[in-house]
Amino acid sequence: MGNLGILFKRELASYFATPLAYIFIVIFLITNGLFTFELGGFFLRGQADLLPFFSFHPWLYLFMVPAIAMTLWADERKTGTIELLLTLPVRLVDAVLGKFLAAWALTGIALALTFPIWITVNYLGEPDNGVIFAAYLGSWFMAGGFLAIGSCMSAATKNSVIAFILTVSLCFVFVIMGSPILLDAFPAWVPQVVVDAFAAMGFLTHYDSISKGVLDIRDFLFFAAFIGAWLAASAVVIEMKKAN
Amino acid sequence: MIEINHLTKRFEQFTAVDDLSFQVAEGEVLGFLGPNGAGKSTTMKIITGFLAPTAGSVRVDGHDLASDALAAKALMGYLPEGAPSYGDMTTLDFLRFVAEVRGYRGEELVERVGRVLAQVELESVALKKIETLSKGFKRRVGLAQAIMHDPKVLILDEPTDGLDPNQKQHVRELIKNLARDKIVIVSTHILEEVSAVCTRAIIIANGRLVADGTPAELEARSKYHQAVSVTLGADYDVAADLAQLTKVAGVEVDPEDHRSLQILASGGQSIYADVSQTASDKGWPVEELHVARGQLEDFFKQVTAQGAQHG
Repeated sequence: MGNLGILFKRELASYFATPLAYIFIVIFLITNGLFTFELGGFFLRGQADLLPFFSFHPWLYLFMVPAIAMTLWADERKTGTIELLLTLPVRLVDAVLGKFLAAWALTGIALALTFPIWITVNYLGEPDNGVIFAAYLGSWFMAGGFLAIGSCMSAATKNSVIAFILTVSLCFVFVIMGSPILLDAFPAWVPQVVVDAFAAMGFLTHYDSISKGVLDIRDFLFFAAFIGAWLAASAVVIEMKKAN
Repeated sequence: MIEINHLTKRFEQFTAVDDLSFQVAEGEVLGFLGPNGAGKSTTMKIITGFLAPTAGSVRVDGHDLASDALAAKALMGYLPEGAPSYGDMTTLDFLRFVAEVRGYRGEELVERVGRVLAQVELESVALKKIETLSKGFKRRVGLAQAIMHDPKVLILDEPTDGLDPNQKQHVRELIKNLARDKIVIVSTHILEEVSAVCTRAIIIANGRLVADGTPAELEARSKYHQAVSVTLGADYDVAADLAQLTKVAGVEVDPEDHRSLQILASGGQSIYADVSQTASDKGWPVEELHVARGQLEDFFKQVTAQGAQHG
């Protein structure tokens, strides 16, 4: 196991060493249930799919994911452990990736634990499990996008509450970027190219098509590139900010 | 061998380290001294590869920090200021983590961790979370991770800060025992510590090197070196009697007790015989007369006083 694996393991274990991981998972499952059954009308729709379940994920992640991302680097800087970590023979890339992957794994675990709803829908009808699988994957990738923003914001400040607020705000911008309300607000003189480019940066644009079962590799590529870019930015910010 | 060449570190307008150059060889225990804010910690952070210098270079055993950082970091053990560690881990888990990052696996890992636990006497708290430990234990956890891989170069930023006298003694013993074939750089502002453990001391002020030598050499450069301390039983003008003695540089009177005097030697020459001869010839009302040893503290004050005035 390389240093990336060692760092990943330590980070993931630290989530479970405190009640954080358990609280995160429990709240995630409860709110997911509330959204799906109460707001989404899971039963009333009478359809064997998980659309109401997945359609609330962007809004759920908006608050849940920044909560785990906020401590990623802010705490390291606040307690001074960043000095310990970065003077060990560890590459910064491994440190950034290890932390991100551990947090991403935690969201993956929480997401996987929603499996009873998948069993339910299979028990009640005959859903397209391929679509459901793709939607799960899309949802997880979107969570990764939120986390990557959070990683960068957390690197920018020693204060994890500030990191949380910054992350929520930025994530909100990226969520609504692709929403029709915002796109319609563009005046007519703005070239369509600009509007399209703007919409293409939005999470909803990509996530909606995935969660409806439109499997386009470009939507996944978008999230992968998005994650990569924000993690690279995290590394740059850490280099800049670690001295103070 | 550590080679530090023309190291400079600027933070915006503030110059923390200013054209600092020195070398440290195997077997040396270097005491790194200076007033608060003199640039000690910044220099250590640059040597350990945490911060990049604005100018200049650091080479550790031939590995340049700028181009070959991982190899250099693998050679070094570092206790950062305040001994940070992951509070939510147990001592054992934390040390296992460090050992893994240092490349140990399986039985060797168990053996390494067991050895440092014993070396810094942490067995009793091995299974406790670090955040629940006392300051002394936390400091020892920091030391344990620094010596995990028996490093060639050990850099300790205020290793005894906040420890009780027994713990300080223990840490000093540990450093002495480790030091034989290694390079140890210890920053401290406890000067007695330097005389106790260091083979060499460097004093920096305002980021510049102002003194470099063995603790004894630096003591000898104190203006109180070879001075004669006199306590008088009655008022008497000693200075008039000493005027013809060329070896005497001057007389300092204790501001709180004007019968207590320091007769300073010029150029570190021995003046005791002359002074005591004069005292008996002139019939000084002497209560006590002895040679004062130069104190590192006095020398430290002399060379850093200017820096203190300018903040």
